[in-house]
Amino acid sequence: MEILVCVKRVPDNEENEIELNSDGNDIERDDLVYSVNEWDNYAVEEAIQMVDEHGGTVTVVTVGDEESEEVLRREMAMGAEKGILVSDDAFENSDGKGIATILKSVVEKGNYDIIMTGAQADAGAAEVGGMLAAMLDLPYASLVNKIDVAGDKLNVGREVEGGDQEMNEIELPCVLSIQTGINEPRYVGIRGIRKVASVEIPSFSASDLGLASDSVGEAGAQVKKVDYFLPDLGDGAEMLEGSTEEIIDKLIEMLKAKGGLQ
Amino acid sequence: MSHALIPPAQYSFLGLPTIVISFIITLAGTATFVFLIYKRLVPLFGAAPDNTRLERIPERIVNTLKIWLAQYRQPRYMFAGILHIAIFFGFLILLIRTASLVVIGFWADFGIPGFTSGPYVIIKDYAATIVLIACVIAAVRRGIFTPERYKVPEKYGHDHTKEAVFVLAVISTLMLSESLFEAALIAAEMQKGGHVTYAAPLTLVWIFANLLSETSISALQGTHVISYIVHDICFFFFACFLPFGKHFHVFTSIFNVVFMRLDKGNIKPVQYGISDSQLDELESFGVKKLEDFTWKHMLDFYTCADCGRCSDHCPADAVGRPLSPRFITIKGRDAIFKNYPIFGPKPESALLMEGTYEEDEIWSCTTCGACEQECPLGIEYIDKIVDLRRGMVDEGMVPQTLQKPLKALEKRGNPWGKMEKKRLEWADKEFVKTCEVKSLEKGEEAETLYFVDSISSFDERMQEIARSTSLILDAANVDFGVLGKLERDSGSEVKRFGEEMLFQDLKETNSEAIKESGIKNIVTADPHAYNVLKNDYKDLPPIEHITQVVDRKIREGKLQLNPLEEKDKVYTYHDPCYLGRHNCIYDAPRNAMDAIPGLTRVDMQKCRDRSFCCGGGGLMLFYEPEEETRMGVLRVEMAKKAGADVIVTACPFCLVNMEDAIKVAGMEGSMEAIDFSELIARQLKS
Amino acid sequence: MAQIYAYIVHKDGVADDSALELITAAQKIDAGTGVTAIVTGSGENLDRVCNEMAESYKEVYKIDNDAFAYPNAEVIRKVLVNILPGDSIVLVPHNTFGMDLAPGLSIKMDSAYASDVVDVEGMDGSTLKIIRQEFGGQVSTHVNVDISGGAVITVRPGPFAPDESKGAGGQVVDKSGDIGDVSAKRKYLETVVQEAGDVDITKSEVLVSVGRGIEDEENIEVANELAEAMGADVSCSRPIVDAKWLDKSRQVGTSGQTVKPKVYMAMGISGSFQHLGGIKGSPFIVAVNKNPKAPIFQVADVGIIADILEFMPELTEKISEG
Repeated sequence: MEILVCVKRVPDNEENEIELNSDGNDIERDDLVYSVNEWDNYAVEEAIQMVDEHGGTVTVVTVGDEESEEVLRREMAMGAEKGILVSDDAFENSDGKGIATILKSVVEKGNYDIIMTGAQADAGAAEVGGMLAAMLDLPYASLVNKIDVAGDKLNVGREVEGGDQEMNEIELPCVLSIQTGINEPRYVGIRGIRKVASVEIPSFSASDLGLASDSVGEAGAQVKKVDYFLPDLGDGAEMLEGSTEEIIDKLIEMLKAKGGLQ
Repeated sequence: MSHALIPPAQYSFLGLPTIVISFIITLAGTATFVFLIYKRLVPLFGAAPDNTRLERIPERIVNTLKIWLAQYRQPRYMFAGILHIAIFFGFLILLIRTASLVVIGFWADFGIPGFTSGPYVIIKDYAATIVLIACVIAAVRRGIFTPERYKVPEKYGHDHTKEAVFVLAVISTLMLSESLFEAALIAAEMQKGGHVTYAAPLTLVWIFANLLSETSISALQGTHVISYIVHDICFFFFACFLPFGKHFHVFTSIFNVVFMRLDKGNIKPVQYGISDSQLDELESFGVKKLEDFTWKHMLDFYTCADCGRCSDHCPADAVGRPLSPRFITIKGRDAIFKNYPIFGPKPESALLMEGTYEEDEIWSCTTCGACEQECPLGIEYIDKIVDLRRGMVDEGMVPQTLQKPLKALEKRGNPWGKMEKKRLEWADKEFVKTCEVKSLEKGEEAETLYFVDSISSFDERMQEIARSTSLILDAANVDFGVLGKLERDSGSEVKRFGEEMLFQDLKETNSEAIKESGIKNIVTADPHAYNVLKNDYKDLPPIEHITQVVDRKIREGKLQLNPLEEKDKVYTYHDPCYLGRHNCIYDAPRNAMDAIPGLTRVDMQKCRDRSFCCGGGGLMLFYEPEEETRMGVLRVEMAKKAGADVIVTACPFCLVNMEDAIKVAGMEGSMEAIDFSELIARQLKS
Repeated sequence: MAQIYAYIVHKDGVADDSALELITAAQKIDAGTGVTAIVTGSGENLDRVCNEMAESYKEVYKIDNDAFAYPNAEVIRKVLVNILPGDSIVLVPHNTFGMDLAPGLSIKMDSAYASDVVDVEGMDGSTLKIIRQEFGGQVSTHVNVDISGGAVITVRPGPFAPDESKGAGGQVVDKSGDIGDVSAKRKYLETVVQEAGDVDITKSEVLVSVGRGIEDEENIEVANELAEAMGADVSCSRPIVDAKWLDKSRQVGTSGQTVKPKVYMAMGISGSFQHLGGIKGSPFIVAVNKNPKAPIFQVADVGIIADILEFMPELTEKISEG
């Protein structure tokens, strides 16, 4: 089974508030650390487990600058055999469709049974997997939280509303976007990364992939981010202030009025 | 020399000279014993190296005299300890007699000069008598009353009582047969007149000699020879039975104590003989298969006497976590027996985490060290646990809840992933108005570095410890500064959770920052940081814990403390594992507390080197073990039992756990936990 | 301006709440153009939904086929490509079905794709100006979408108020004949229903809901005590279930339960939209969070900046005192 997993290097923002840069056109990135998108990490773990059981290879690919190589190495330290870095200045400011176009050209250079993406990444768009599938004319399932190999097909579970699991049979090759919680990703330490530090990672540019410059990047984007802004704080929420005692007294009064104390 | 009875060496059974029987027994017994020991040594020679065990001989001799010969740790369990001391010394004394007896089978008049008559004979007769009595008591205690700590939970296999009682029976038979052998001769001498060997009153020999005084010479002759043969068989049987179970310690304990760990607090290197800079070259990390253990750790497995003291003091076991140190050893020993059978081909060693140990079992250890403190044989646990964790980390087998903090430590140098620049937020504008905190990162210079470490830097509650510590240092006129954003987590638990390479990174970053800062000495309020900087880092300036600084400054008259305002509260001091057991700092904090006028202090029953771990620090805060209750809850209950209203600890992690435990136990209002630094800072004379 | 279509998600003969929210979103894009609802399905349930939608939409496309008994994004995509003009603007709710359908649909219709839109600022020539969020709602972005060649837009459930006017008197147009090929490489098998837990939080009037701020499994007890004092039930956000501290049946959110309490106490919950998506019926939301920038404060009625581990016990005590 040949599996390609598309991964992205994203800012790790969980513990720290995101701030805007002075121009307001981007978030303040100086103090941020980056890591692999959490959803993508689950996808790689799933791919490795499938290959462990059924044979084959896992390849990870990312579209990004040279620093993105770091996330490829991390995923290779987990057990992905090959890494592909796709990097070109022309790719900057690609929209989802641009990224899907780039990935499509990567997929076509190989011969994959399954292409995985994370269900979503930092922008929360959840779009690239579905677009890629449509471009490749492959069947697609989003929010996958279970994969069983059933002969020459897969049985995949999708996480749907209410915590239910929608089971589907899907033909190969296919594209799957992976939801968190599908497995328990293994740990990768510094040692693991150092072990794969010298593995050659091929890098492809737009011309290597035969991509027309107007189909990707800023030029090809139909969707363009204008700026970032912080949402209004407490809009609608009346912020209670004062001593804890005062706050609690006020709150209890409100709760009584709203039927919150029974 | 003439004999009242024919000695075994000259006697014949139905025409078969007893000397032949003795010869066969001795030859077969010795050959079997040598063969078994050889077989048991094979895995040790295939194990990981550890040459440090052959160094520092004088210290080892002292250790051996104290722990092995003087049985120093035995009386920690008074009754069992005395029984053991009785049997142990009985064995030592009788060893000479037993060796002589074997030779007497061939050479009737053999005797080691100085040991054939006089005090030795009297002493050994009493020894045999005492050993027998001790064996009977031990058998009754073990077989009928069976103390709780000997029980074997179902998941760990069958009960060990039968084996224990059987061995006691064999020892008793040795004592009885030796005494009968001697008594028969004395009885015959008494009947024949002439020289009668002296039998000390009330010894087994004396009792038997008196009982046999009327017995016919021929019956005495039979008793004499048969008890000799029984003793001979029993002796060799015993020797050959030892390597099959917990009684191997009779043979191995001296070696285990000779080679035991000499240092405290530190963690063994990934591989002995491999320097930190060579770590990258290692193919594999930690213990994955049995053979990855060092030979000393394998010797530990052989040496365990199954006394259960480790698990009796293990906090993880006490709260129902899936860890019992006793079975770490016993399962290890069983794995050796299985992988290195006496007969037949050696099977391929399986991965230890597949069949021998469980992941949760290995992650459950807080590395508090109570087990090692208690073990009378010097068996090590923490290094083995850490080695097993190293193996799991290397294979990616790390619980999800630990992965996030580990990754954050890698990226940001603290387990919460907070930004480096926020490390000094505890010293806010308000605070620095009252107390100068020099920031060494900004080029300021100071004599002393206050190493804050992550939890006191970032946890809002524990930042109080950082502020209190600063106030104390300030009051004691210590010229101090902090590293600010240059400081990284000390990595104490990173190392102890098996992520060695990450630890190396943290260590290098910190070491460099400390050296660059030009400070002369280090102070910290975090025992985990204290321990790791002192025992795992190399070449740092001297380090003190704040309790030591306070104690010293009080003694020097440089720190004065106000009397306590609320005098009706009773204080107790909880010894943090990494201050107490791992670094033997017990008195400094107590002295300092006692220097506060009006403070009433009691000790909990479990205190000092028997302190009970609060639940563990560092990454342990992120691990969610299966457990029935919390260690902290048990600990605050102990404090209550001691009559305390306030638990004073000297570790931020202890404080986290205690405060949580007080809430969980529903003791808010009746029990309070504060840090030593907070207590002292509150009483500072301005 | 191209025609706007709204894809109606429905289940058991009842349209999803998003059905009426899409009208509002469509009007914000172009108030002048009528919106056509597209309802796929089969049998009586389909008719019921179509009739319901005709009250709110001028025009309702009914697409009836056994293949739609369970909505299969792959088949529905083919049908929409067949039926709709190339420059259409198609609105789809950003839920688990929308995520399955919309990205691929935009490729097959060769139109722009805007995902998870939380607000629409209007048109500027052929550019649609929308607002999205990134980083789990921590930051918002203004986004320009070139919709000259049509657009597929997924609309976040919640931020757009439902259009409840119901005076459309629309007509149902049966488009079932135009659907073409309904074969698919992915087939629906079954739905494995989440087991019901001991408490049915969907029926609770008051919920004390805990998130990451609870820090530790043991602290769930603190929430239980508050809930007991208030006569409430305890629910939680996804991380708590992922950590296995509470049963999945207690999870509020799009991947958990949808709750309709009167009062919702969000304790240490940052307020991702997936979580907020599980709160319906506009309860009185009280948010307590250490982080003053937590998105939950945008949607809460009352906000308190505090550590829930300190705040909850005090509140419990005060309530217990009466």
